[in-house]
Amino acid sequence: MKLELRGITKRFGDLVANDRIDLTFEPGRIHALLGENGAGKSTLMNVLYGLYTPDEGQILVNSEPVEFAGPGQAMAAGIGMVHQHFMLVPVFTVAENVVLGHEPTGPLGLIGLDRARALVRDISARFGFDVDPDALIEDLPVGVQQRVEIIKALSRDAEVLILDEPTAVLTPQETDELIEIMRQLRDAGTSIVFITHKLREVRAIADEITVIRRGKVVGTATAQDTEAELASLMVGRAVSLGVEKAPAQLADGEFTVSGLVVTDAVGRRVVDDVGFTVRGGEVLAIAGVQGNGQTELTEAILGLRTPIAGSIVLDGTELTGLSVNDVLDSGVGFVPEDRSTDGLIGSFSVAENIILDQHDRPPYARGIAMDLRVVRERSEAFVEEFDVRTPSVEAPISTLSGGNQQKVVLAREMSRPLKLFIASQPTRGLDVGSIEFVHKRIVAERDHGTPVIIVSTELDEVMALADRIAVMYRGKIIGIVGGDVDRDVLGLMMAGVAPESAEQEAAEHPTLLHEADVIADDQQSEEPS
Amino acid sequence: MSQLANPRLTPDGLLDEKAMAPVSWRTPIILGVISIVGLLAFVIFTHPGRISRIVVSRSADAIQIGTLHLPSQGSALVLLVVAFGLTGLSFWATLNRRRLGVIPIAFGIVMLFAFLIWAVAGNTGGLPLPLLLSTTITAAVPLVFGALAGVLCERSGIINIAIEGQLLAGAFLCVVVSSATGNPYIGLIAAPIAGALVGLLLAVFSIKYRVDQIIVGVVLNVLVLGLTNYLFSTVLTQNPQGLNNPPRMPSFAIPGLSEIPVIGPALFNQTVIVYVMYVVVAVLQVMLFRSRWGLRVRAVGEHPKAADTVGIKVNRTRYRNVVLGSAIAGFGGSAFVAAALPFTKEVSAGRGYIALAAMILGRWSPTGALAAALLFGFADSLNRVLGNIGSPVPYELLAMLPYLATIFAVAGLVGRIRPPAAEGKPYP
Repeated sequence: MKLELRGITKRFGDLVANDRIDLTFEPGRIHALLGENGAGKSTLMNVLYGLYTPDEGQILVNSEPVEFAGPGQAMAAGIGMVHQHFMLVPVFTVAENVVLGHEPTGPLGLIGLDRARALVRDISARFGFDVDPDALIEDLPVGVQQRVEIIKALSRDAEVLILDEPTAVLTPQETDELIEIMRQLRDAGTSIVFITHKLREVRAIADEITVIRRGKVVGTATAQDTEAELASLMVGRAVSLGVEKAPAQLADGEFTVSGLVVTDAVGRRVVDDVGFTVRGGEVLAIAGVQGNGQTELTEAILGLRTPIAGSIVLDGTELTGLSVNDVLDSGVGFVPEDRSTDGLIGSFSVAENIILDQHDRPPYARGIAMDLRVVRERSEAFVEEFDVRTPSVEAPISTLSGGNQQKVVLAREMSRPLKLFIASQPTRGLDVGSIEFVHKRIVAERDHGTPVIIVSTELDEVMALADRIAVMYRGKIIGIVGGDVDRDVLGLMMAGVAPESAEQEAAEHPTLLHEADVIADDQQSEEPS
Repeated sequence: MSQLANPRLTPDGLLDEKAMAPVSWRTPIILGVISIVGLLAFVIFTHPGRISRIVVSRSADAIQIGTLHLPSQGSALVLLVVAFGLTGLSFWATLNRRRLGVIPIAFGIVMLFAFLIWAVAGNTGGLPLPLLLSTTITAAVPLVFGALAGVLCERSGIINIAIEGQLLAGAFLCVVVSSATGNPYIGLIAAPIAGALVGLLLAVFSIKYRVDQIIVGVVLNVLVLGLTNYLFSTVLTQNPQGLNNPPRMPSFAIPGLSEIPVIGPALFNQTVIVYVMYVVVAVLQVMLFRSRWGLRVRAVGEHPKAADTVGIKVNRTRYRNVVLGSAIAGFGGSAFVAAALPFTKEVSAGRGYIALAAMILGRWSPTGALAAALLFGFADSLNRVLGNIGSPVPYELLAMLPYLATIFAVAGLVGRIRPPAAEGKPYP
């Protein structure tokens, strides 16, 4: 099936999310749509999938114009989509999720669950998936949930499969398996639309690359182009891909967690006997697949959760048992993983968000009143220092872009002398410019002699920032390794393999992306000679 | 990767002791405490030599069984020995990480009998068991219909606090229509229409105008209460003979089944409303969990966006379910007036809220709602019967027990209660 987009335009108020986009997806090709966060890729795909109606333009299937009033019609036309946030009902089984919306039924509309199971088993067998049709979705790891999404699309005879940021939640080994699946599907004649902002994956997988910036198609590229070329096309200027940092200069501060145990509401150990030390002047990254206890660990350090055992010591002071206020006062800066719900108050102004944790003390407060002039002046200075693009400090924070919101959080948390800095997912959902800025500030804090903990599920970020890396798996620290560790080893550790056996296995079975990296490195080293 | 599916297994496939929840001794300890209190109250501090009389059949019953004369202290002792046995069993099950299953329920039934024997000890009239059961059913019927209405609405993601108003509206229209026509069955057709109209208002405000569903529900209850009070004191009081004089709903005995001793007359010599209730519970249970319709409804209530992306119309499903559920509640309202009772102000008397509690205690399933509603109905009926024959404890205190139990249940003390994930949230 050939799918064409002609002159697609989609506006949200004044914002033009898609500006006259022309694209053609050919059968049997993997077509990568490369663009930054906020470039308009997902909007375009939602138009294509019938979730949004375009303001202008046409969609053509096999050269016939079509209009989709909803996802149902897009699916009927042979378009399947694997959303970034999976569209699976957690309390349903795999089979129920796969057949939802096109259920095989018997008399009285009762579902033929046997036929549903057979459908799942058929498709699983065809592509070598190992998926139990009767497993509950909420019990499955994300990699398997993604396969269920793919099975769901294939069970509706999708001829065009849209994958929206499919590797965001996967370990390198799972990514590898996904790439295999994509190639198999392509060879079977499916056209694959692969939406991403990750350059190395695009180069390893795509047959065609279209780059989108600020809602417009800015060019096409091939897998032979270098990452630097792709990056400058995507961002619109030359960007430095790594983070520049000198070797760590260890300083005096010391933060130690030992034997920490945290349980959840039903009593499971979500943080299980965790211990590590971070010295001043180094970055310890905590890597791991989302949901392996990282959130609970940071919340326990901050005092939001009460651990049932263990100790948290900052420069000789025990932090467990202290209130959040006291923990912050003892010099802990904290960037929460979800800035919109935990980091900011959306309806408050930029200035109010900047002084949120200091509003009750000088210089911002005098007695029971706040000194609004000082608040404005200081927050204007921070806005300047942290390069926050806002019309004024009085603007509600919710009107700012994600990158600028995150800079406000950083400004608040870094605006006082710190003895420990913790950032969870510091660059999630940000554009490249903001990512560069945030990374620079984090490295600067480290070079200032502060112990820094970065919690991130993004391997690129972990590798770029960390001096040492602790990998969490099911609440435990599987191992702590140096910052120069191999990506494949990290990936295996994220799946629960101990460091020694991970190194062995990574050496024996390198991933496709790893091999691609090696080839690219060879080419680069040959070029100068 | 598939072995990772079970979070209690280590990567080697072994049972991971530390990943498991710590053993909770809460239930066994509670059972133990209740057993000891029961032993003290029902056996040790009971007058020896008293007799508990239990009337098992009515004079009209086909099979006559004589009144049981039980020695109060001895019978209670036997029951408490069983209760201690069940407590021990629950300790054993907890220690071995087995499910407790029906142990707490069996325990509750045993303690209930021990309590009943103690409560009627020395009473000359005895405990009228058939009366107790038939008033249980009468009290439970509106609760069952109300709880089913809640199940239908909340499974699709809309919170229905307006059950109270729907019951009241159903009762009102049922009385007026059946009085005016002289035919009780036409009243039964009118009752669900009244409920559905209230439900339509709920649906429009909560789905189209995205108003907070709890606020809309409470406002609708007040609205229906005010409206029926107004119409009662104007229209109905002016013409009580023509508009507030409903004919009696006849009862039908099902041959065979209604002759079963003790439970037969209570369950199978009833009005058509009760028989409809049996059918509706069974049909909804099957349809909600086995049919295409049920799968889609539950998907809409759990993850509406996932439903939308596979072509299911989320808000259309919600409209249908709210109107259908509310019609069921309206039908249930007719049970208040089935015994040829005239309409009075606030005839529903807060039962809609109790129905909501029954829905939660029944974990959003039709059969669970039925069981919970029967429990509440039994408490209600016990309170009335003990009030009539005279009991050693103030029956008002007894009447509070099931609601205390509900608060504990809703607080998650009896296992984990998980409502539909998207309930109360407008879509999109």
